[in-house]
Amino acid sequence: MAILVYAEHDNGELSPATLNAVTAANLMGGDADVLVAGSGCGAVAEAAARVRGVAKVLVADDPALGAQLAENVAPLIAGMASGYSHIVAAATTTGKNVMPRAAALLDIQQVSDIVEVVSPDTFVRPIYAGNAMATVQSTDAVKIVTVRTTAFEAAETEGGSATVEAAPGAADAGLSTFEGAALSGNERPELITARVVISGGRGMQSGENFAMLEEVADILGAAVGASRAAVDSGYVPNDYQVGQTGKVVAPELYIAVGISGAIQHLAGMKDSKVIACINKDEEAPIFHIADFGLVADLFQAVPELKAELRNQGVQAR
Amino acid sequence: MKVLVPVKRVIDYNVKVRVKADRTGVDLANVKMSMNPFDEIAVEEAVRMKEAGAADEAVAVSLGPQQSQETLRTALAMGADRAIHVVHDGELEPLAVAKMLAGVVGEEAPDLVILGKQAIDDDANQTGQMLSGLLGWSQGTFVSKVDASDGAVRVVREVDGGLETVALRMPAVLTVDLRLNEPRYASLPNIMKARKKEIARKTPADLGVDTTPRLNTLRVEEPPKRQGGLKVGSVAELVDKLHNDAGVI
Ligand SMILES: Cc1cc2nc3c(=O)[nH]c(=O)nc-3n(C[C@H](O)[C@H](O)[C@H](O)COP(=O)(O)OP(=O)(O)OC[C@H]3O[C@@H](n4cnc5c(N)ncnc54)[C@H](O)[C@@H]3O)c2cc1C
Ligand SMILES: Nc1ncnc2c1ncn2[C@@H]1O[C@H](COP(=O)(O)O)[C@@H](O)[C@H]1O
Repeated sequence: MAILVYAEHDNGELSPATLNAVTAANLMGGDADVLVAGSGCGAVAEAAARVRGVAKVLVADDPALGAQLAENVAPLIAGMASGYSHIVAAATTTGKNVMPRAAALLDIQQVSDIVEVVSPDTFVRPIYAGNAMATVQSTDAVKIVTVRTTAFEAAETEGGSATVEAAPGAADAGLSTFEGAALSGNERPELITARVVISGGRGMQSGENFAMLEEVADILGAAVGASRAAVDSGYVPNDYQVGQTGKVVAPELYIAVGISGAIQHLAGMKDSKVIACINKDEEAPIFHIADFGLVADLFQAVPELKAELRNQGVQAR
Repeated sequence: MKVLVPVKRVIDYNVKVRVKADRTGVDLANVKMSMNPFDEIAVEEAVRMKEAGAADEAVAVSLGPQQSQETLRTALAMGADRAIHVVHDGELEPLAVAKMLAGVVGEEAPDLVILGKQAIDDDANQTGQMLSGLLGWSQGTFVSKVDASDGAVRVVREVDGGLETVALRMPAVLTVDLRLNEPRYASLPNIMKARKKEIARKTPADLGVDTTPRLNTLRVEEPPKRQGGLKVGSVAELVDKLHNDAGVI
């Protein structure tokens, strides 16, 4: 049977997280249909139709779906479920908000944040901040699954030629109203998809000091992240947080600066290909998982790092 | 206004979790258990609403084994007025929890239900959204700011791109994020007082909920171990290793 992927987007662009969800869906059983729910989201539907591995794009274009409020989107998804064996979304704040509500409407137990598709009904997911991996088999008629984006390759954005059709109509449940967003969007790559991430912790001591990391990030083409302590202290916005309860990243290189390496932080970055750290306390747990650890005062080492990268002619890739 | 706060008993966040040798789960024997940290934030918010005069009653509810009473006592010591314990041994999935909470909501008729965004054992991040769906209520997830007044609640939500503001019609379900508040420690006098507060007992059957799991856990294993631990002597060496050995910059 067919698989439905719930697309993530801002009505203008398809979010890269959707591409990872499509790949996971393909592993569950072939081509996927993609639901684009939004308002004035035609360009998103067209982009989704070009993604390899997509059979059909269903567009629900309605003012009530503009902000993708869970109260309005979940009934739409639930109403479409009968034709599908699986309903899949990325385990981003969007997917986490909408999918469990749809699952409850369908009396289905969702499987959250999977990192592996073992078979169409069996999945691997981390529990306890990734300190254990559970293999679970769903007995529900329709599998509702959210996908850890870093665990699945992105589907190719070109090469598909899906048909685009209208999805069933939507309605405003009248329960909630979107009032606005304060997005901290900047020029740097997205944390979750960046090839290199440099993160700062409590050791950074202030938001101003993050400028040092940004300078290094500019040279490397890196995204900037943070520990919970740095976010809680107000050094950087909430969306910088990497960890069990923040974002999960798995870049080719993760550089942790002034971060001790609490399990909750490791949960968000330990699948990075290479991990480097700078910390003045040689006993800090981050050293146990770092491929290259430097025991040093960051206020000396980070400016030195910047100079050394310049010296050796390292450039963003 | 009446606030219901579901609190879960979980392995303390400081404990290093160990997978059992028979791969059926993690070792819970003689392990320190505590209230799920997000639920402490939820209780704190409910108590602050009471202190600000916005709420007149805060009721804590926990589903789980006998020892969940300790978690409820903590909530009472923090300032909840009374508690409900739905006694259940063994695993509970978010859907079953949400159904039982919907039953409790039916009996208690709160204006707000405030949950944690995520239990740090199952890391499911589902229960609040499911409860809201079952009730047909509005939902404000991952909130870092709550402003509740007559018939409506405005929340700021922590999302991947930054922050969002949403106005919700009451009754509403909220799930809290880390930045909402800093939970208080219960004082000794309040811990003593909490001993006298009422904990009502119920069973899943009282609430008419079938708790049979929908997911079969086939095995639980250790994650792959990283081979880390190499130290470099200087920044120059670090750059050299990343550039020439690892080839990642
Ligand atoms: C429910 C819950 C969820 C959580 N979720 C997350 C999460 O998602 N992400 C997360 O990161 N944390 C999370 N945490 C918090 C986590 O437990 C740690 O408290 C946090 O990660 C610590 O951040 P830190 O390493 O920056 O600070 P600290 O542990 O204080 O470490 C600071 C480090 O900086 C070093 N340092 C200080 N000064 C310098 C200097 N001049 N030069 C070099 N090094 C220096 C110190 O040696 C130390 O190792 C969570 C906690 C709970 C309870
Ligand atoms: N057994 C339980 N008893 C009370 N509340 C629970 C229970 N399980 C989950 N919750 C609530 O639901 C939230 C989210 O849990 P979860 O969906 O499992 O990540 C928790 O923070 C609690 O507020």
